[in-house]
Amino acid sequence: MTERRHTPAAAVARDALGSPTIGEAVVAGERGPASAASAQPLLSVDDLHVNFATDIVTVRAVEGFSLQVSPGEIVALVGESGSGKSVSAHSIMRLLPRTGRIPRGRIMFEGRDLLALPEEQMRDVRGREIAMIFQEPMTSLNPVLPIGLQIIEPLQFHLGMTAQQANARAAELLRLVGISDPEQRLKQYPHQFSGGMRQRVMIAIGLACNPKLIIADEPTTALDVTIQAQILELMKSLSRDLGIALIIITHNLGIVARYAHRVVVMYSGRVVEQGDADAMFHRPRHPYTMGLLRSVPRLDRPRTGQLETIEGLPPSAADQLPGCRFAPRCPFHLPACDTPPPLAPTDTGGLSACIRMQDIAAGKLAWKRADAATWSDTPEETQQPVISVRGLTKHFPVKTGLLARTHQVRAVEDVNFAVGPGETLGLVGESGCGKSTVGRLILRLENPTMGSIEFGGRNLADMSRAELKAMRRKIQAVFQDPYSSLNPRMTTGQIIAEPLKVYGISSSDAAARERVTSLLSEVGLRPETAERYPHQLSGGQRQRVGIARALAIEPEFIVCDEAVSALDVSIQGQIVNLLESLQRKRGLSYLFIAHDLAVVRHISSRIVVMYLGRVMETADRDELCERPLHPYTKLLLDAAPIPDPKVEKERAPRLIKGELPSPLAPPTGCVFHTRCPIATAECRADIPALREIRPGHTVACIKV
Amino acid sequence: MFRYVANRLLLAIPTLIGVAVITFFVLRVLPGDIVEAKLRGDGTTVTADVIERERARLGLDKPRSEQFVDWMKGLARLDLGNSMWTGRPVIEEVGARFEITFQIALMATLIGCFIAIPLGTLAALHRGTWIDTAVRVFAVAGLAVPSFWLGMLIILAMLWSIGTLPPLTFTPIWQNPAANLWQLIWPALAVGYRFAAVLTRIVRSSLLEVLGEDYIRTARAKGVIESVIVRRHALRNALLPAVTVIGLEFAFLLGGLVVTEQVFSLNGLGKLFVQSVARHDFTLIQGMVMLFATFYIVTNLVIDLVYAALDPRVRYQ
Repeated sequence: MTERRHTPAAAVARDALGSPTIGEAVVAGERGPASAASAQPLLSVDDLHVNFATDIVTVRAVEGFSLQVSPGEIVALVGESGSGKSVSAHSIMRLLPRTGRIPRGRIMFEGRDLLALPEEQMRDVRGREIAMIFQEPMTSLNPVLPIGLQIIEPLQFHLGMTAQQANARAAELLRLVGISDPEQRLKQYPHQFSGGMRQRVMIAIGLACNPKLIIADEPTTALDVTIQAQILELMKSLSRDLGIALIIITHNLGIVARYAHRVVVMYSGRVVEQGDADAMFHRPRHPYTMGLLRSVPRLDRPRTGQLETIEGLPPSAADQLPGCRFAPRCPFHLPACDTPPPLAPTDTGGLSACIRMQDIAAGKLAWKRADAATWSDTPEETQQPVISVRGLTKHFPVKTGLLARTHQVRAVEDVNFAVGPGETLGLVGESGCGKSTVGRLILRLENPTMGSIEFGGRNLADMSRAELKAMRRKIQAVFQDPYSSLNPRMTTGQIIAEPLKVYGISSSDAAARERVTSLLSEVGLRPETAERYPHQLSGGQRQRVGIARALAIEPEFIVCDEAVSALDVSIQGQIVNLLESLQRKRGLSYLFIAHDLAVVRHISSRIVVMYLGRVMETADRDELCERPLHPYTKLLLDAAPIPDPKVEKERAPRLIKGELPSPLAPPTGCVFHTRCPIATAECRADIPALREIRPGHTVACIKV
Repeated sequence: MFRYVANRLLLAIPTLIGVAVITFFVLRVLPGDIVEAKLRGDGTTVTADVIERERARLGLDKPRSEQFVDWMKGLARLDLGNSMWTGRPVIEEVGARFEITFQIALMATLIGCFIAIPLGTLAALHRGTWIDTAVRVFAVAGLAVPSFWLGMLIILAMLWSIGTLPPLTFTPIWQNPAANLWQLIWPALAVGYRFAAVLTRIVRSSLLEVLGEDYIRTARAKGVIESVIVRRHALRNALLPAVTVIGLEFAFLLGGLVVTEQVFSLNGLGKLFVQSVARHDFTLIQGMVMLFATFYIVTNLVIDLVYAALDPRVRYQ
């Protein structure tokens, strides 16, 4: 352990040692991304390789990563989990885990080779010249230290500020990232901040020493879409005003389209394509990029059919394919793809690692999926609904002390909807809006405080345990987290067979096995999967297992609670398609609970928007997305970025101000009035009733 | 905060009553009583009449419910009664011995902490190296070696090297600290080694876990130097689970030093407890159990308060 106190003298010495920084001069002179492209790069990574050595194998996590970032530029690093994007970013900071090794590569930052710097000098780069913002605002701040201390640390270490100077600067930083009452907030601890506020604090820490580059590793993945928009707009404006270059690591193509000047696409440890954001979205020159863009549903367009996904799974890091890593999933692969393709210039001014990029440029290769089905019609809604929910209400009592008064959290308040046979109802809203509680109430995992849930002519809300057991055969669930919702000690086969046993459906073990095999093939898994344990499967495969388990007892209604949220883009599309084709085949009805509006628009026929436990608006999917009436729906749609830079340039996203109020003390009157741009005094008076404005389109807003 | 402590202390009352009920009746279910143990132990023949008179003198002839009520009345006045064997107040019997045992337990705890926290930290920071291995060997040995055996080794080593033994008579620390420490440091070391062994493993694993946390990565990304990361960011979080173990082990030592006291010929609580059980000295046993229970309750409260001081997420109303 080196015990070296950082003195101001050391900081000055470092400044004297460093070149008079070309980068700084550029920042001062030019700020626009257009001019930045021609300038000397601030950061340039060449042919970076990263290995993780365990006792058994050496995993090559990154093989040949290159990147240039100019001052003030926003570069997006895109890829699915395991593509090596985070590892590459951590390598720039030299923050790899203990087992990580960099056998090859060069990372030049303002003329210094970061990989060759002694550790003490590297420490001066971290936090001072390059700052990093991490994915999980909940765990990235030290829970036992006040926010203030965590912000002033880099100021004291790098700039040698006194406690007083540092505190003043910390307050200034908090104000800069939009946290009010900063002097008081500095004394508070991370748990006293919401997720979005913590991410603002992380940004304040990152900005503390005026870095030249900020690396943001999935900065908004854990946040709601409204807070995501707030945070990213903040980062963008700070980048513009302070001339800070940004590397945003993300899997969300909408964010890329809205914010990035340039894009680097990674697949399985390699860069497959990089270039200008506009070109990448409209003229992709690598089949993987093409497939990725095809597989995300669009919020701004009506659906035209099933999603065109990339088939198969990404290779695991241990598989060492010699040639193009994407070849096994690529519809255009040739025998020549077995040799590693070079990253070569494209006609659009970028780079692509595909030997057929000329063919792609010439438009000879159109992305086609084998299982493409074009049906897109919604089933007629004249039939009797499968399930209808009336006045559904759930209050959770909360005790704050031993003898203290009991408060009620109004999680769900007077929710009404009906789902027809073969229909999908989308339920959207920010986290904490009560959408998952609605799902749990329908499954009777929670008991409703009031209201009825009518299913098959019976009211689920007042059924006894025995009646419920019979009813649960008809209602099943697919949950969000395919990692924790499957028992790790049971094989896939046992997991799927369990409901068959519970309901005594399969007469013998052999019959159960046969049933499991047919269910597995129905959800697109091989029969051998039955022998494997959940940890041996990928996220997408696990979610397929979860769906097979739900299907085992042939339900009529499935509650999908964020069923695709944890999955990678290409896998998400596969699961959405699977759910749709199963619905077709079996006439299933879904309640599709999700926060991703684009997916909800794609899969649902009707959409219900919830806010603080109440329904704000209900309409057909296209009606809701194209002619939203409620100000909350409008803002929600605005906040969601669309994966198309042209569309994004024309939109001026309006942000929802503030955060979700506490459900312990919801605002009086319309619960949304505290954040509503058009709210007036009368909104505070009464709770607005749902009114039908157009046929099938109801809104709870007095201003409509 | 004050309300929380008051609340916890109030909640201790039903707990203590429960302990009192169980102790009282379980003792009386066991065959034999003090009168038989005392009189038969003398080897003389005694008449039933003598036994009856002795029982009446000690109040053992009354119905159990009445005995219990009497005892509870005493407890309400914080009077634990008199020892049935010696006739002296329980408080007096316990008092002098408590001092010895408490001091050893405290010293053993301090020794344990002073050894375990640095060693555990060292092992965690040098995970997988020879330092880590050495610390782990030290810890496993500490768990495997019984304290009394280590005590015997210490005595043998003293005899062999300097030819003297620690004094047998107890000197309170405020009278002569040097003499007091010279007597009590040896049992404290013998017990403290085991304590350190348990704690070292906890500090090591807990620190390893904390060092993998996201906020440690954040601190590194800020360019904070490693020694500050360990001291300021990691240790405070890592010591939280250790606090629980320190408290519980400390409370355990108060009643758990029986054999070690024997080895070092110390007249401590453990010895008194064993003696009083052998003698069926009901009031003394009851009094000591009540003391141990109170001690555990207080220790647990202190653990929770230390937790609240270390972790701002824990707040008590």
